[in-house]
Amino acid sequence: MNDLLRRYGKGLTWTFIGLTFFWLIILVVLPDFKLLESSFRPYLPVKEIGGPKDVYTFNNYLQIFGNEVDFNFFGLHFPLAARVKVFVLTIFYSGVVTLITFILAYPLSFYLAKVVSPKSLPTLFLLLFVPLWVSEVLRSFAWYIILTLKGPLNVFLMTIGVISEEIRWIDGYSPVVVTLVYAYVLFMLFPLYNAMQSLDSNQIEAADDLGAPWWRTHWRVILPHCKPGIASGAVMVFMLSAGSLLVPAIINSTTGNWFTQTIQGIMLEGQDWNAGAAFAFMLLLFCTIAVSVAMRVFRVSLSDIAK
Amino acid sequence: MSAGIDLDNVCCDFGKFRAVDHVNVNIQPGEFFSFLGPSGCGKTTILRMISGFTEPTEGVIRIGGKDVRGQRPNQRPTALIFQNLALFPLMPIWENIAFGLEVRGVDKAKRRARAEELLALVDLHDSADKMVSQLSGGQKQRVAIARALAVEPAVMLLDEPLSALDLKLRQHMRAELRAIQKRTGVTFIYITHDQGEALAMSDRVGVMSQGRLQQVANPRDIYNNPVNGFVASFVGENNIFTGDVQNAADGMASFATPTGTFRARLPGAAGKLYVRPEHMVLQATAGAENSVAVTLTEVAFEGNFVSVHGVTEGGKDMVAELRNDGSAPIPSAGTQMHMVFEARNAAILPDSATAGA
Repeated sequence: MNDLLRRYGKGLTWTFIGLTFFWLIILVVLPDFKLLESSFRPYLPVKEIGGPKDVYTFNNYLQIFGNEVDFNFFGLHFPLAARVKVFVLTIFYSGVVTLITFILAYPLSFYLAKVVSPKSLPTLFLLLFVPLWVSEVLRSFAWYIILTLKGPLNVFLMTIGVISEEIRWIDGYSPVVVTLVYAYVLFMLFPLYNAMQSLDSNQIEAADDLGAPWWRTHWRVILPHCKPGIASGAVMVFMLSAGSLLVPAIINSTTGNWFTQTIQGIMLEGQDWNAGAAFAFMLLLFCTIAVSVAMRVFRVSLSDIAK
Repeated sequence: MSAGIDLDNVCCDFGKFRAVDHVNVNIQPGEFFSFLGPSGCGKTTILRMISGFTEPTEGVIRIGGKDVRGQRPNQRPTALIFQNLALFPLMPIWENIAFGLEVRGVDKAKRRARAEELLALVDLHDSADKMVSQLSGGQKQRVAIARALAVEPAVMLLDEPLSALDLKLRQHMRAELRAIQKRTGVTFIYITHDQGEALAMSDRVGVMSQGRLQQVANPRDIYNNPVNGFVASFVGENNIFTGDVQNAADGMASFATPTGTFRARLPGAAGKLYVRPEHMVLQATAGAENSVAVTLTEVAFEGNFVSVHGVTEGGKDMVAELRNDGSAPIPSAGTQMHMVFEARNAAILPDSATAGA
């Protein structure tokens, strides 16, 4: 604090702090708090708001239950409320997206940080960044086009003779997962690359010199060192995936509904902001719980991630 | 279990730069051998070639008589101690030490027992469960040695491992390293730019410059009988005279310089004349031969010796070292004196090994 005052003077310091607080309180905390508050109130006609029926209740949250459908989770059949089913699958497939981005980003970041010569690094990073210049909407549409029934993927596979008739790719959750992986893989790559780069290459050589095969060097030396990077990448990809509305909406796989689409339906089509808010907070709560549990299991602390 | 190493005409190129140039040396099993040279002389490249991280461009490397070209570092019977030690900071000390055994599939209880044994060998009891960050510099050093010894290497390679330590600890670790080497009988190959380290610990020293091995000899010969000017001036201080050889006979010659004509040894090719400061005797009167009249410019008291600087009439700087043993009064700056040396303590040496030699 004193450092800031000395460096920037009183005027500038208080302006910065004021703007930060404005952003945090007015633009983040207050709207969210209002939403949280309204999630506990019933959806009423305007006249009755503030009237005798406007009392705090958990009814909005309980709306997630009801309308039971058959839930087939890897061969395990049991009845489950339709919305809970979407909710569970959203969290599950966000985890799948996170896992796939990790599997893709780990070898690539190792290659970038430890194998490739520093001279070609700027070119490679540029190649990685170029797709980000295109908006997420267009990139999602690109995947939609690739995966459609008469799209380039089916045409290509049929031309080379791998398949004899078109495959319906846009079905279930896989097209959503594929597009989310493509959209968010860099959020895993960069923290992983940073972590990988901070590893002293001598440690890799030392393990090699002591007789370790490459996989043991990765398992015992490189992977543990990268844990904070993996954790921060995973949290980002998981949260972004679970909260993504755009990608599932554009891919529009009728059998692959995302929970954000449910929330959107209630809020915009049903005009029931109270129930929508309740669902949004449930999603936030469960994502936070999932992340905390994962961090506990893999023994990473928040301060590791902040590094 | 310790093995000898033969470097047979080994060269190593990085692009157009030749880092190691036709190096030939046979290191005996159980020997403590040092490569000594300034940074960039190719000594680390030699170490990396022996451990397998770099392949020689030309020539053969044999460990225990076997050609190791094409073998990966994890297949060679060598253990490298890195300059920065490269301990694994996320493993406790004992896992660090036992890592090589873990790789070899030794079960946990045996690994732990072996780690404790090695910790005792390097005088680090009760540190098995500490983390690397809890140890001091000297203790980390010992852990690195123990970790390398755990895989029972035939050859230990050490890349300036003492350079990060302070002077007192460095001297202590020198003795320790030497003792561990004697106790285990493993061949040690030691890389350093510190002549004191190389001379004090090694059985033999190889002095390197610009990728070439200049001289391989025991420490005394390196210091007393350097084969060329590079070795003479890299290992220790010298008064250097340029001039011409006259009347060479029986390994002795006269050497005519602008400062005067001196008698000196001529072991090989002609070059410059080298005289060590500690071989210079200061006296009030001129000597019969090899005597230089100087005006003393600076007398630096260093404790166990006194470094006396002077300048000749012709403007040449001279330096002598006197033992602080009370045998002679310490002169003061400004005095006129004579620096005298014996012909057997002066040598005419060529500059350095020439290319293609």
